[in-house]
Amino acid sequence: MSDKPKVAFYWCASCGGCEEAVVDLEEKILDVVAAVDIVYWPVALDFKRHDLEAMPNGSVVATFLNGAIRTTEQEEMARLLRRKSQLLFAFGSCSQSGGIPGLANLWDRESIFRTAYSESPSTANPDGTLPQRVSRENGDALSLPGFFDTVQTLDQVVDVDYYVPGCPPTPKILLAALDALLNGKLPEKGAVLAPDQALCEECPRKESRPEQLSLAEFKRPHQVLIDEATCLLAQGLLCFGPGTRAGCEALCVKGNMPCTGCFGPTSRVKDFGGKALSAMASVAAGKDEAEIGRAFENIPDPVGTFYRYSLPSSLLRRKRLEAGR
Amino acid sequence: MPDPFEPRIVAFFCNWCTYLAADLAGTSRLKYAPNVRVVRLMCSGRVDAQFVLEAFARGADGVLIGGCHPGDCHYQEGNYKALRRFHLLKRLVRDMGIEEERIRLEWISASEGEKVKSVINDMVEKVRALGPFTVQVAEDRALEEVTA
Amino acid sequence: MLRPDEWGSSVRIGVYVCHCGTNIAGTIDVKGVAEYSATLPGVALAREYKYMCSDPGQELIREDIREHNLDRIIVAACSPCLHEKTFRHATEQGGLNPYYFHMVNVREHDSWVHVDKKAATEKAMDLVRAAVRRVRLHRPLERRQVPIKPDVLVVGGGIAGIHAALTLANAGKHVYLVEREPTIGGHMAQFDKTFPTLDCAACILTPKMTAVKMHPNITLWTLSEVTGVDGYVGNYTVTVKRKPRYVLEDLCVGCLECIEACVYKQGKVSDEFNLGLSKRKPIYISFPQAVPQIVVIDPETCIEFKSGKCKKTCVEICADRNAIDFHQQEEIKTIEVGTIILGTGFEVFDAKRIPYYGYGVYPNVYTAMEVERLVNASGPTGGEIVLRDGRKPNSVGIIHCVGSRDEHTNRYCSRVCCMYSLKLAHLIKERTEAEVYNFYIDMRTAGKGFEEFYNRVAGEGTHLIRGKVADVCPGANGDGHLMVQVEDTLLGMVRKIPVDMVVLATGLEAQRDAQEVRRLFNIGCSSEGFFLERHPKLAPVNTFTEGIFLAGCCQGPKDIPDTVAQAGAAAAESLALIDAGAVELEPNTAHILEEVCSGCKTCIPLCPYQAISFVLDKSKAEINEVLCKGCGTCVAACPSGSILQNLFEDQEIFEEIEGLLTYA
Repeated sequence: MSDKPKVAFYWCASCGGCEEAVVDLEEKILDVVAAVDIVYWPVALDFKRHDLEAMPNGSVVATFLNGAIRTTEQEEMARLLRRKSQLLFAFGSCSQSGGIPGLANLWDRESIFRTAYSESPSTANPDGTLPQRVSRENGDALSLPGFFDTVQTLDQVVDVDYYVPGCPPTPKILLAALDALLNGKLPEKGAVLAPDQALCEECPRKESRPEQLSLAEFKRPHQVLIDEATCLLAQGLLCFGPGTRAGCEALCVKGNMPCTGCFGPTSRVKDFGGKALSAMASVAAGKDEAEIGRAFENIPDPVGTFYRYSLPSSLLRRKRLEAGR
Repeated sequence: MPDPFEPRIVAFFCNWCTYLAADLAGTSRLKYAPNVRVVRLMCSGRVDAQFVLEAFARGADGVLIGGCHPGDCHYQEGNYKALRRFHLLKRLVRDMGIEEERIRLEWISASEGEKVKSVINDMVEKVRALGPFTVQVAEDRALEEVTA
Repeated sequence: MLRPDEWGSSVRIGVYVCHCGTNIAGTIDVKGVAEYSATLPGVALAREYKYMCSDPGQELIREDIREHNLDRIIVAACSPCLHEKTFRHATEQGGLNPYYFHMVNVREHDSWVHVDKKAATEKAMDLVRAAVRRVRLHRPLERRQVPIKPDVLVVGGGIAGIHAALTLANAGKHVYLVEREPTIGGHMAQFDKTFPTLDCAACILTPKMTAVKMHPNITLWTLSEVTGVDGYVGNYTVTVKRKPRYVLEDLCVGCLECIEACVYKQGKVSDEFNLGLSKRKPIYISFPQAVPQIVVIDPETCIEFKSGKCKKTCVEICADRNAIDFHQQEEIKTIEVGTIILGTGFEVFDAKRIPYYGYGVYPNVYTAMEVERLVNASGPTGGEIVLRDGRKPNSVGIIHCVGSRDEHTNRYCSRVCCMYSLKLAHLIKERTEAEVYNFYIDMRTAGKGFEEFYNRVAGEGTHLIRGKVADVCPGANGDGHLMVQVEDTLLGMVRKIPVDMVVLATGLEAQRDAQEVRRLFNIGCSSEGFFLERHPKLAPVNTFTEGIFLAGCCQGPKDIPDTVAQAGAAAAESLALIDAGAVELEPNTAHILEEVCSGCKTCIPLCPYQAISFVLDKSKAEINEVLCKGCGTCVAACPSGSILQNLFEDQEIFEEIEGLLTYA
């Protein structure tokens, strides 16, 4: 057994992009592999769950867990990895605040199953077969994880030590987190490992935002011929840069698209969507219902827009379930 | 007979108009429903959408925001900012499945004590009819499983 | 952030629940609320007391801070708008920073407005619990002192403005008296005699008007209006627009020969001062004793302005002084003052709004103010009471409460009409020996000497008929009479009384531009439209905007004695502020956390006082604390939560919300 610190990666309800982020380290991954012992990483290595269970508690120095928690298996694995690890890092937007899968909190299991297994146009399921927890055939029993109505963040299920933000975290952010971990430079527990300042601080277009900005209407990206040098908000686009943590070096903005908020809020904000709404509404002009309505006409989906990555971590957590459910 | 549902409504009142109007309702000894709890702010422009969401998350059945009439804000334009935020917030809250009558913005000037009474009474009854706002703690719902 | 189990150890809160006699205790179980408060985490002691605002009540706070080492104080009592300052002061005297105090309103918002005692008590408990959660996070804030400018602006040159200006000027302060009309004097200058003494209005007013003109400490600007007000208490910057009179003030000596010389031999334009009962020329002076004694040219009606082709006989006659200047321009003046007194007066109710009294239809229906001009010796008829057709009336009906105490027009009582109606009854009887009938609903003669005046007038044979007049219409037999139809409620029968002249006791209303004026000064109006006082009993001359005071009828209908008293009070309040030398600004201002501001510029355009600026070399925003008025709009708008508002921080408000709804 090597003396190198043991590290684990795991994925829950996610897209696989966070695993890609590790690979995106390119040649630097060799340094990482040289410095740590990866003892569990389902996407890349062949260790099984029972291998993990056999390890003594706390023997894994750090687990980087990405993805939100929306099945019983994910919850079990989160708890297992928590037991086995000294430090648990919520890796990426999904584990930190729910991420894109978190938008499923606008629905419930029944409506999701109905869409996925019956009603979507490309599905042919005349018998209405739905996933079952347990399926018995020829004396064998197969089981599937339970599917929760509500998507949760990692810290709503287990105690989390640090958050590495991003959808996905950039290689730079990941390397910084690993560096802090390996060199004992981690800040106080619970910190988000990115600057506690908004993205505008490092945005190359910052100077082009006028001091007096007041928009008669917001526009969606496809409605604007987006200029490559001017502040995106000044062009009428909903850029969440002013309300999102810096650290990504404004990658999306450099790609001529507005920031959608994946690095999450600063530590001074309690609910990302609520604050973003208060802030963006303040940029709008309009003194009566008609003018104000026009200003916000091109925001057809406020929840999806303001809580794109953070619905499960928001104050309300999810859309009200119907009474009786 | 179970006790009738008594809504709990959190109100954010601006100091110069609505709060004073509520004081006036008091000095005039007007009587209205006891279901409202007021948070005093200097201006309706201070109302952050986070406050409204926090109130619901903590179990409020309704949220009322009171400010000066458009054009009369003690700080010139704070109430216009409140109006713009409220417009968007109303849509967001509706899309989150919260009934429209649970969140309300009213312009009440310092001399409109009667309006404080009528708005509160009206809102309490409307929210009463909607029933309690359930704080959805994910744990309750999440543990339901599809049984074989 | 502290965890719930840590709250108790971090602060020692003293909670005081006031009985306020039976005002609170009559509905709320004060003892129960105090006992409940004592169980809350962080509360070191909880007391109930009869009158917290009294000296012993405040002493309780001071003593407890010292003896029990308290570091936060909560008082659950009346509205903070009333006593927050009182208790902050007591807290400070006890040795604590005054902003460690928080007030809970359980009177105006609870005991006075709810009937269900259990619900009211529960509400009080919820509110106290919220305060306990919030006050833990309060910070030791410092009030900021700013110097106060010593000059005063008085707006309105009626008796209110005149008295306030003189009082202040005599105290050595420099006063700007700004009046819209070409002369000061206001409505009082239009009166003949004043009740109850029957003093001649001009005789008591003109010496004061002259004193204003002569006073070295008063800068008098007539034909001028305030167009902009900026700043805050002690430091107001006001722009005043001085309209041109086309007559140079320094050169005109008031000989009035130019008026005599005008190409118009007779008056051409409706004389506003005489309410249209006579005509004036385009070059005129409002009335002979006008102050300043300077002529005015009306550009709307003067031939020289309309066609440029006048002989300008006025200029000819003024050749030795050359005081007339047709090219005079409007001037914009900017002044810096510490306090402002508004004495902008009232407007008379427009009697046309009550068509069944026939004003404007029947020539012999007059308003009371018109009759004032008739009885005035320098009025349109030289003091003779003559009808428009030249006859002297043999019978006069005076109708009280026109546009007052009326659901269809104004609900309030205009306070002065009964007295002036009796006064007019007396004066008319004196001049004409006519039969005079006063039609009243109630006789309101409450002031000093007023009841005695009423008895005197009654004793003179005036017919006092209790009933609201239903109709005034021409008599059927075409003899020029007007029939006044009224139910005489004392006799219990409907009467139709023929009179030659009807006088309508029109009520007092707020000036028609009161809403614009109040916005200019950032004060409020009551529902009747008069400027709003801070407290009807305890602060009748203060407004909710510090440094701006009210005097006279602009605050509500009142007579001359009360107006003068209020003007003196407003002057005293001004003096109190100015002589204190400096004013303390409340610290509920916002400030930007410089280290974390990202310079996104969202906040910059939001401040109506331009208190937020973008500092280019730091690439961050900055708030000027002195200009910030503490509305908090920028705080809510800052997308990264990098602006904090003292006393209204996000965390403090979240704690308050949580405290209201979740049980400890």
